[in-house]
Amino acid sequence: MKKKIKMMDIVIYLVVILLALACLLPLLNMLAISFSSSAAATAGRVGIIPVDFTWNSYAKLLKESQYWRSLLISIERTVLGTLINIVLVIIMAYPLSKSIREFHAQKIYMRVVLFAMLFNGGMIPTYLVVNKLRLCDTLWALILPSAVGVGNIILLMNFFRSVPKELEEAAEIDGANPFQVLWNVFIPISKPCIATIILFCAVGHWNDYFSGILYISKVRNYPLQTYIQSVTASFDISRVTDPKKIQEYLTISEKTLNAAKIVVSTLPLMVIYPFVTKYFKDGIVVGAVKE
Amino acid sequence: MKKKQLYYHLMMFPGILLLIIFTFIPMFGVVMAFQNYVPAKGILESKWIGLQNFKTIFTLRDSRQIFLNTIIISFWKIFLKSVIPVSFALLMNEVKNKLVRQSVQTIVYLPHFLSWVVFATVVQMVFSLDGPVNKLVELMGIEPIMFLGTNQWFRKIIIFTESWKEFGYASIVYFAALTGIDPGLYEAASIDGASRFHKLIYITIPGILPIILIMLTMELPNILSAGFDQIYNLYNPLVYDTGDILDTFVYRMGMTKRQYSIGTAVGLVKSTLGMILILTANKLVTTFSDRRMF
Repeated sequence: MKKKIKMMDIVIYLVVILLALACLLPLLNMLAISFSSSAAATAGRVGIIPVDFTWNSYAKLLKESQYWRSLLISIERTVLGTLINIVLVIIMAYPLSKSIREFHAQKIYMRVVLFAMLFNGGMIPTYLVVNKLRLCDTLWALILPSAVGVGNIILLMNFFRSVPKELEEAAEIDGANPFQVLWNVFIPISKPCIATIILFCAVGHWNDYFSGILYISKVRNYPLQTYIQSVTASFDISRVTDPKKIQEYLTISEKTLNAAKIVVSTLPLMVIYPFVTKYFKDGIVVGAVKE
Repeated sequence: MKKKQLYYHLMMFPGILLLIIFTFIPMFGVVMAFQNYVPAKGILESKWIGLQNFKTIFTLRDSRQIFLNTIIISFWKIFLKSVIPVSFALLMNEVKNKLVRQSVQTIVYLPHFLSWVVFATVVQMVFSLDGPVNKLVELMGIEPIMFLGTNQWFRKIIIFTESWKEFGYASIVYFAALTGIDPGLYEAASIDGASRFHKLIYITIPGILPIILIMLTMELPNILSAGFDQIYNLYNPLVYDTGDILDTFVYRMGMTKRQYSIGTAVGLVKSTLGMILILTANKLVTTFSDRRMF
């Protein structure tokens, strides 16, 4: 009997470790390809260890000025975009967390915000508005249309509601106005929740390629993910109908250089990743709101 | 007291303004769905054609296929998105070694944070003609398969790779639920001589069943989405028959073919159904549990 249980444990450990490897190996493979010679990569001889180790791809990448311009745009939009996101989330979540007795218009605002989450005009009308405002091909087109994150507002709003009333009352007796109460009482208490929201907004901005495709027409203004998308797909494949051409595209590509592009683009995430896992492990962002 | 109200309004103002510009004004843009919209004329001057666009959509053979594709792909995605993470969480629950536990968790969450642009490149490499999967296929004595270029395989690849990328992250909520089960129950069961399997069946699974049902319900609205980012980065004209979904169709109609009215009409159908689904899901969750979606 005892031996049987041991067997079971071995199987469980094996399965779990295999699943983890399934998530890790493709990334190691990408890393190895970026350090391998073109010939080895095209022949598919590269596993998780580089074959014919070389810095060539990275040397080539260093010379590709558009890549670095796009990287810079992505950094700018991530920093500025996340800052705008989080400020808006905080200053909207706060009044919304008040009861209708404390803030008479709470219910109306809440309805407006919820409606914005439930219904939208869709991709095309939004594009036309952004276009009309002459925001296309500017950084703002990447930031403003998604500046108000309703889901995050609701998350933080619920967190604010759990803050003891006494703290707020004490601050008010000291003569603090709502901005000061928010800044000195609510924000310090909500740090883990705010940190999680910042993380998710930043990852969202960094990973977003689609607003680049939609709103940016000049390649020189592309954010990084849009640029990588445009080079790894090398042309808009939805426009190509010749099966032979598609087959060619699906097999031949500049494997090593593209791998290097991807490695560098995920580097910021890999650097911060070990430090931030603890935030979302608490499961703060997942699951529904508990009453 | 009056002054406090003013402060609150002031805090709401910037966000509401942005919502008006980028969310509410575009909502009026949906009237394009009832027009033959010509960009040069704008909404005010374009000709009104009533429900003509909707008639066109509903009679188009393509649109039935696209609707079906969307539903089928998302159905399987949602199904696997509960089965795999739940099984994974249950397996991890048996892993008592802390180091293994933590490293495995950290690793499986990682793909969630990669963009589909990046992960699609990984998928393309793995399933390419000279990729590892085709190496295995050749070992079995079968001709290499163009997985991403044949209708027979495309949907399966889409469904599988979504689970691959997201199963770890989706399991977090079940880990949280598992730690919430009263350890006393297990102790009591052990005293009664329950085996590991019995504990799983009678304690663990009933313990996390409510959260499984809640998560399933909350996925309901996604049935019309099917994952634009993933499909956009992996599909090609060879697999439109099985892989084209509502969102990719709207994108191509609007942005590539400049058929704004048809695109908007499909978008409007989708948003309306989507809203009904969200409200239904929320109603279900609030009725049957102590939680709510918003």
